[in-house]
Amino acid sequence: MFGKLSNMDFHVISQQKPFWLLSLGTLETTAGYWNAVVFVIAFVVIALVVYIIRAFGEKTYKKGSEQTKPFLSGNPEPEKEKVHVRADNLFWGFTEALKDYYTPAVRGHTGIVNDYVYWFVIVLAGLFIIIGVGT
Amino acid sequence: MNFLLTHAPILIIALPLLGAFLTPLISRLHPKMRNIFVLTILIFTGFLTMLLTRDVLANGIRVYVLGAAPSTLTVPTGSIMPVRIILETDALSVLMAMISVSLAFVSALYSSKFMENRTGLDKYYTLLLLLLAGMLGMELTGDLFNLFVFLEITSISGCALVAFYTDRGESAEAAFKYMLIGTVGALFVLFAVALLYGEYDALNIGYLASKIQYSFLDKIALVLLVGAFAMKAGSVPMHMWKPDAYGEAPASVVIMLVTSSLASLYALLRVCFTLYGNVLNTAVVGWIIIVLGVLSIFVGVTMALVQNKFSRLIGYTAVAEIGYMLLGVGVGLASLTNGSIEDYGLKAVQGGLFHIMNDALDLGLLFLVAGAVFYSTGKSDLNKLGGLAHNMKYTTIFFMIGLAAVSGLPPMNGFASKLIIYETSYQLEPLGPILSIIAILSSILMLAVFVKVFHSAFLGPKLKEYENVKDAPRSMLIAMGILAVFIIIFGLFPDTVINTIIKPAANALIDYQGYIDKIMGGV
Amino acid sequence: MIQHFPFIAVVILIGLGIYACMFKRNLIKIVIGVSLIESGVNLFLITLGYVKGGVAPIYTNAPGTNMVLPTPQALTLTSIVIGLATTALMLSFAVLIYKHYSSIDAKTRRLKG
Repeated sequence: MFGKLSNMDFHVISQQKPFWLLSLGTLETTAGYWNAVVFVIAFVVIALVVYIIRAFGEKTYKKGSEQTKPFLSGNPEPEKEKVHVRADNLFWGFTEALKDYYTPAVRGHTGIVNDYVYWFVIVLAGLFIIIGVGT
Repeated sequence: MNFLLTHAPILIIALPLLGAFLTPLISRLHPKMRNIFVLTILIFTGFLTMLLTRDVLANGIRVYVLGAAPSTLTVPTGSIMPVRIILETDALSVLMAMISVSLAFVSALYSSKFMENRTGLDKYYTLLLLLLAGMLGMELTGDLFNLFVFLEITSISGCALVAFYTDRGESAEAAFKYMLIGTVGALFVLFAVALLYGEYDALNIGYLASKIQYSFLDKIALVLLVGAFAMKAGSVPMHMWKPDAYGEAPASVVIMLVTSSLASLYALLRVCFTLYGNVLNTAVVGWIIIVLGVLSIFVGVTMALVQNKFSRLIGYTAVAEIGYMLLGVGVGLASLTNGSIEDYGLKAVQGGLFHIMNDALDLGLLFLVAGAVFYSTGKSDLNKLGGLAHNMKYTTIFFMIGLAAVSGLPPMNGFASKLIIYETSYQLEPLGPILSIIAILSSILMLAVFVKVFHSAFLGPKLKEYENVKDAPRSMLIAMGILAVFIIIFGLFPDTVINTIIKPAANALIDYQGYIDKIMGGV
Repeated sequence: MIQHFPFIAVVILIGLGIYACMFKRNLIKIVIGVSLIESGVNLFLITLGYVKGGVAPIYTNAPGTNMVLPTPQALTLTSIVIGLATTALMLSFAVLIYKHYSSIDAKTRRLKG
């Protein structure tokens, strides 16, 4: 009565796995599978490779001198409060490009409590028309 | 042990209730005794819940009749319908009960340090235990009016806790809004219960499910129940109370409020799948739930991007996460015809239920981090924070884990449940791929939202005013750590979790005939 | 026709209550609207239990005729008590809002967007 994965798919997948241990964390969705343990192992291996490549970098530098300060084309560095980008200014491009959606949406969230009840009654009326009268 | 197991359903509800009423007495002795008492009550409730879970997963639905001599006597001899209030616990109920009790324990552990310098803490812990008792009552009951009463208990305790910071006007405003819309919704639930009672002369969910026909009055009751429970769960367009209430309540209360929204979502599932299981027009109602879900995902995430206050932003993402759960369950409902469900539909219901569990953990962790930031710096405005990662190292790590989990990045648990929802909603017949595309793009936007928070609050140079902030105290870190550990474990081994708890819960949800048979006892 | 009067009263009460919640700006009037909805639903519950020609469901010294159904009366009592608790809590929130904002107009709100 309830749908099941066909036994053959599961059999094929488990035959292809070299270690039974790896079938421990495998999640089968109906369109494929996902294994988090393999992901973590792959991540660790790649991180190791990245670290080894980084170890070939330049090791000799003087800490605290001109070599480690940020370089702003010779301009003096502003103070820290002005350098940090605040939350209002983040993703400005996205918000400005979608102004046609955002202005009515933010205005629609009025915060007046009567509007909360208004939306609730509208949804009930809509549901009633679809379920009660429609089908 | 057998006594505990037979009476477990009512003891799970009664123990926090008793604890709630004893807390003001015990807090007269010493504050530390009150904290230890609350934690002890929660540990005992958790133990009973685990006992019940083990029994339900092994032996099927467990029924408890309040006041009958053998506590499983639902239909006494000579009667054709069940009498007395009946608590019916199937695998889905115990899943929700486990989530509620675990999050309540984490919340109590967190508030022992977070709320330390406040007054009125005896009332705070009383309300917290009452809120837990109300949620457990909603999740374990098999009776419609009982559901209404516990819904109101949850609503009242939740609202009183939202207004806990009485020195700020915004808390009272948020609490008023939450209380108003919650009470109007609950009164409509009562109206629907009265309608069903007037038609069939019964309040028991199992008995009603066996006798229900899809007449006009039943349709009105369905509309009222679905609308009111979807509003209490926080789906768009009735979601506006959520950012207000989650933004103004203390952080340890908000994770309980999240769990109470999930309990209302559970009630919605119970109504759609079990109460109307026999007669529901699953295509129409399923698509309505899918549309509500997709709207919630989109509006929730896009509105979160423009917020500037920490907890209010996470409140909007909570709206979006409810959308994912509604999408998963709606796909399952829409593919259900005549009691047999498609392959992908069953998997979608499992995805939705798994996402309920993951979302409680992820959002819980994020709200606790917001609370830790507020505790250390006294500010919750993202425009004024910055560079906290230099001083609050552990909190930053927990925030990174929560960020990865809630936006669905591998290998956390959010990715596992969202992957199931994406892949199964893709296979729904008309317009399935569009749902999947909206869900995936909104997931990317959610990553953008949390990267915004991460940059504004944690990254950046060390600011002058935050030179001396210290990391959160140890009990708060332990509470966040418990959630983080569960997130990582559920992420690495999702199939174990699904096979143990979620598959029986999904099967119990779809199998309304088993629910009815347990009550009617083969009559 | 006369037996439909209670149901018409229920519809009118709930309609007036929803009107007050949706369109009135004063917070106290909104709470009165919720109280109206609650009265309407309680009236609906009681009316459902009516049996034609029935008497009060009390066994002591009962005349032998039919009794009205007692279950809705128990449900209504529970609902009245819950309504009391919610009304008291909402009014105390309104008092707190007045203390901080100096007005109980729903339009003076600070949580928006």
